[in-house]
Amino acid sequence: MASILNVNNIEVVYKDVILVLKGMSLEIEGGKIVTILGNNGAGKTTTLKAISGILKSEDGEVTDGSIEFYGERIDKKYPEEIVRMGIFQVMEGRRVVEDMTVEENLLAGAHTQRNRKKRKEDLEMVYHYFPRLTERRKVMAGYVSGGEQQMLVLGRALMSRPKLLLLDEPSMGLSPLLVSEIFRIIQKINSDQGVSILLVEQNARLALSVAYHGYVMENGRIVLDDTVEKLLENEDVKEFYLGLSEVGKAKSYRDVKHYKRRKRWLT
Amino acid sequence: MAENISFLAQLLLTGLVLGSVYSLVALGFVLIYKSTSILNFAQGELLMFGAYVCLALIVGFRIPFMWAFLLTLVFSFILAVLLERAILRPMIGEPIISIIMVTIALSAVLRSLIQIVWGTETKVFPRIFSEEPIRFFGLFIAEVHLYSLAFALTCVVLFALFFKFSSAGLAMRVTAFDQQIAQTLGIDIKKIFALSWAISAIVSSIGGIILGNINGINNALAAMGLKVFPCVILGGLDSILGAIIGGFSIGILENLAGGYLDPVFGGGVKDVAPFVFLVIMLMIKPYGLFGKIRIERL
Repeated sequence: MASILNVNNIEVVYKDVILVLKGMSLEIEGGKIVTILGNNGAGKTTTLKAISGILKSEDGEVTDGSIEFYGERIDKKYPEEIVRMGIFQVMEGRRVVEDMTVEENLLAGAHTQRNRKKRKEDLEMVYHYFPRLTERRKVMAGYVSGGEQQMLVLGRALMSRPKLLLLDEPSMGLSPLLVSEIFRIIQKINSDQGVSILLVEQNARLALSVAYHGYVMENGRIVLDDTVEKLLENEDVKEFYLGLSEVGKAKSYRDVKHYKRRKRWLT
Repeated sequence: MAENISFLAQLLLTGLVLGSVYSLVALGFVLIYKSTSILNFAQGELLMFGAYVCLALIVGFRIPFMWAFLLTLVFSFILAVLLERAILRPMIGEPIISIIMVTIALSAVLRSLIQIVWGTETKVFPRIFSEEPIRFFGLFIAEVHLYSLAFALTCVVLFALFFKFSSAGLAMRVTAFDQQIAQTLGIDIKKIFALSWAISAIVSSIGGIILGNINGINNALAAMGLKVFPCVILGGLDSILGAIIGGFSIGILENLAGGYLDPVFGGGVKDVAPFVFLVIMLMIKPYGLFGKIRIERL
């Protein structure tokens, strides 16, 4: 399977001085779910913003390396051009347009779709994936529940018929039940529509349960990458991201001092 | 008694007419503020520009009113897009106070240019509407007022539909709410800025043409741009609905104050009332009736 997105050794600088990504590389194969794990501040969100081009409006810049989508360089393109090419970022924190209704939010997601009939079809498709949104279509998006807002931003992303979805922490602040519902739908979208997904998640167990390939990021670079099966076997990933020690029992706080010493990938 | 009521009704009616024009101009003002966070002090000049261009087309080029009107809108559109491109777009990212200063400068320049081209004396539109007032449930209403009201209301409804149903309208609302969300949806926010200025200039010149038909035009027309402040402060700076309701309220308030208080104070209350109201409003409800409450940290 050929890769559709290649991030080659990029360096990202904010406000001309703050170096956030230091030689970050990754690739995504068509139709697959790939995940990035990492601590707060490791640069996961910045990576997504670099790909979607949103970085530019935050005074950030890709200063080195390149990003290619289907072989075409996109790191100098504007966000609206990148969305048209089929990359759609769902930002973290359920960014709905609060003073518009659920349905208006969805229709706004189809901004790049000029054909009214296709928009109607896509709207039906979104309601098919998220039946809960159907009942709430006339309600202001600011007033629906957190879970419904998360469904709304995912649905809004689908309205643009993306080839690659960049999902930033879709589980944040949701109850476990809702999280599993949303992840079930994400998997379904991936398999039905053949949409590739780059998933950033704090909940590593969850992310590894749906993904095919995983990257571990620290301090602005990739420190480990492998198929999910291999990562789940990896002692360090088990220890630091899944909170399990060798025998698979929950780790006690008494042993936390092992933390720094045992990380083998740190340079 | 009956006389009092008909006096009140008459005041309300003229207030409504004036208010409809205020609503249009306030709509234009709020549009720019919402999508670009710029307080446009040149709003009154955009209105004046529309009125003068329309008059010049009718008198100078002998174009029938309807065509002159449409052509004026085209010119306003062009002017606004040029202004946005040449002056305001390079200012994106600069401190907001600098941008506001630029609009103040813009207002002075535009006003002077208009004076250079068309002079300073008051000009009147040629009669387009009949002078015979229409009787309406015992009230008298000038034909021009009736048309103004109908026209302004039509515009307001058209814009409401535009924001509700068109793709561009939705994109403008998204941009107004959050520019970053707009960018992730593939909306070209620079285009939206230009569009906001264009629509704003168009509604303002419609307002200018209506006012010109009622009162004739001179430099004082630009002061109408200032009247927009009480309207938008009442409605809330970032609410389109608020701008429309604010416009009508201030129009009516102004006429009531003029009708009942002017005889007591010997005149002048009519012009001051909206601004007195503005100060009171800022003290009790600074974000207006429909405005978003925001805490600004400096």
